[in-house]
Amino acid sequence: MKKGSIFKRIFLFYYEGFKNMTVGKKLWFIIIIKLFIMFAILKIFFFKDFLNNKFDTEEEKGDYVIEQLTKGL
Amino acid sequence: MIEHLDLALVNWSRAQFALTALYHWLFVPLTLGITFIIAFMETLYVKTGDPEWKKTTKFWMTLFGINFAIGVSTGIILEFEFGTNWSNYSWFVGDIFGAPLAIEGIMAFFMESTFIAIMFFGWNKVSKKFHLLSTWLVAIGSNLSALWILIANGWMQSPVGMHFNPDTARNEMIDFWEVFLSPIGINKFLHTITSSYVLASVFVIGVSAWFLLKGREQLLAKRSIIIAAIFGLVSSMFLIYTGDGSAYQVAQKQPMKLAAMEGLYEGSEGAGLILLGMPTPGKEINDGKDDYVFKFEIPKLLSFLGYRNADAFVPGVKDIVEGGFEYEDKNGEIQIAISALEKIEKGKLAINALSDYKKAKELEDLVKQEESLIIFRENFKYFGYGFLNDPESIIPNVPITFYSFHIMVALGFWFILLFALVLFFIFKDKLIGKRWFLRLAIITVPLAFIASLSGWIVAEVGRQPWTIQDLLPTVASVSQIDASAVQITFWLFTLVFTALLIAELKIMFKQIKIGPKEGGH
Repeated sequence: MKKGSIFKRIFLFYYEGFKNMTVGKKLWFIIIIKLFIMFAILKIFFFKDFLNNKFDTEEEKGDYVIEQLTKGL
Repeated sequence: MIEHLDLALVNWSRAQFALTALYHWLFVPLTLGITFIIAFMETLYVKTGDPEWKKTTKFWMTLFGINFAIGVSTGIILEFEFGTNWSNYSWFVGDIFGAPLAIEGIMAFFMESTFIAIMFFGWNKVSKKFHLLSTWLVAIGSNLSALWILIANGWMQSPVGMHFNPDTARNEMIDFWEVFLSPIGINKFLHTITSSYVLASVFVIGVSAWFLLKGREQLLAKRSIIIAAIFGLVSSMFLIYTGDGSAYQVAQKQPMKLAAMEGLYEGSEGAGLILLGMPTPGKEINDGKDDYVFKFEIPKLLSFLGYRNADAFVPGVKDIVEGGFEYEDKNGEIQIAISALEKIEKGKLAINALSDYKKAKELEDLVKQEESLIIFRENFKYFGYGFLNDPESIIPNVPITFYSFHIMVALGFWFILLFALVLFFIFKDKLIGKRWFLRLAIITVPLAFIASLSGWIVAEVGRQPWTIQDLLPTVASVSQIDASAVQITFWLFTLVFTALLIAELKIMFKQIKIGPKEGGH
C-alpha cells in the first residue's frame, strides 16, 4: 500500500480512530457539550476578565489594584 | 479595608472556588495514578506477549478514558474565576503564576493530547514498543502537568523567589529555581501524586473485587489486584515519607495551620500527636476551656515531627496570636515571635507606605518616594496583616481542619492495611473465598476520594485567611463585583458539575458491568 503524505496519515489516524470509537463517541458528545457551556456561555456571559474588561493599559490596571489595596486605611 | 468589603461577596467567592476545586479534584487523582497502573500492565503485555495482559490493559484504559474525558478542562473554570472573582489576587501574583501555568498548559496539550490519541487509536497502527512508550508518556505527562500547578500552589503557601514591584503592584519572579525548588512546593507535589497513586490502586482493587464477587474475569481481576496492591503499598510508604516532609514544612512555614490540624490552642514543649480526639466545640482562645473533650495522643511525637526534636516547643493557636514564644529562624538564630496585633500594625505601615509612595510619585517628590519605599520594604513581609483588624482573624476554622486531617490520616493507614491484606490473601490463595473482604474493598473506593479531598481541605482551609501566606488575605483578593452574580454561577456550577459526576458514574458503572472486550474504546 502506498503511503500518503505525513499530514494525510495523521488525518487518517485520527479519522479512523474516531470512526471506530464505541464508548468514546458518547464521551466526545459530553466533552463538546461541556466545552460549549464553559466557553460559549460561562466565559462570555459570566466570566469576563475583570481588569481586562475595565481597563486598556497595564498601568491603569496596576493603579486600580493599588487603589483597591490601599483605600480605607 | 475590611469594613469596605462585602463579606457576602468574599464568602460566596470562596465557596464557589472551593466547590469547583473540589469537583475538579474528583477527576484528577484517578488520572494521575491509573495511567501508571496501565503502563505497568502494558509493559507486561509487551514483555510476555500474553493477550490477557492486552485485554486487561485495554479494560483499565477504557475506564481511564471515561474519567479523563469527563474531567478534562474542569480546571479551566478555576482560571476563569481567577480573572473574574479574584482579580486583585491575580494581578498581585503577577508572573509567578503565569509562568508555571503556561508551561503546564503547553505540556498538557502536547504531551497528553498527542500521546493519549496514540494510546487509544494506535493499537495495531504503531509498533507495540511505540504504543507502550506513548502510554508511559501519558502517565509521566499528566504527572508533570500536576507538578506546575502544585509548584504555583506551593508558592501561595510559602512565597519565595520574588520581588514586589510597588510601581505595578505585582510580584516579579527573580529566582525561578527558588520558586521551582521551594521545599513546600516539592513536598506538596510528591505528597499529592503519591496520594493519587494510592487512590487509583484502591479504585483498581475495588473494581476487581466486584468482578471476583460476581465470579467474572477472575484472571484479569487477580492480576489487576496484585499490580494495584503492590503499587499502592509502595506508594503508601512514600506517602508517609512525603506526609512527614509536608508536616515538617508546615511547622516551619505555617505554624497556625499545624496548630489547627492538631486542635492545639495552648502550645507546649514535647507536644503529643493526637491519634483520636474531639476538639472542644466553640472553643476560643482565653476562654478557659480545655482544648479537647477527649484525646488519645502519642507523647512528644508532634514536637518530633514538626521540629525533629522530641522536646521542642510547638506553638498553639493562642501563642501564635499573642506571640512571645521563642523560635529558630531560617538562619538558625533564636527569635521571639511577635504578636498578631504587632504584625497588623506593621502591615498597615506597609500599606500606608505603598499609598504614600504612589502619591509621592505623582507629585514627583523623590525624597518622599525614597522614605516611603524604605518603610514599605521594612514591613512588606507583614503586608497582608494590614488588611485585618482583629488579631483572631488569623485563626482558620479549627474543627474543619482538625477533622479533615485526622480523617485523611486514618484512611491512609486503612489503605495500607487493605493493600497488605489483599497481598496476604492472594498469596495464601484465599482472596476469592473472603467475600466480606471483597465487599470491604468495594466500599473503600469512595473512602479514597474522601481522603484525597480531605487532604486539600486541610491544605486550603488550614491556611485561611490567606490566599498568599502573610501577604494577601482573601478579603483583599476579591474583585469588586456583585455578590449575586457569584451566587448565580455557584449554583450553575453545582448543576453542571453534578451532571458531569452523574454522567461519569453512570458511564463508568455501565462499562464495568460490560467488562473487558476486544475492539475499540
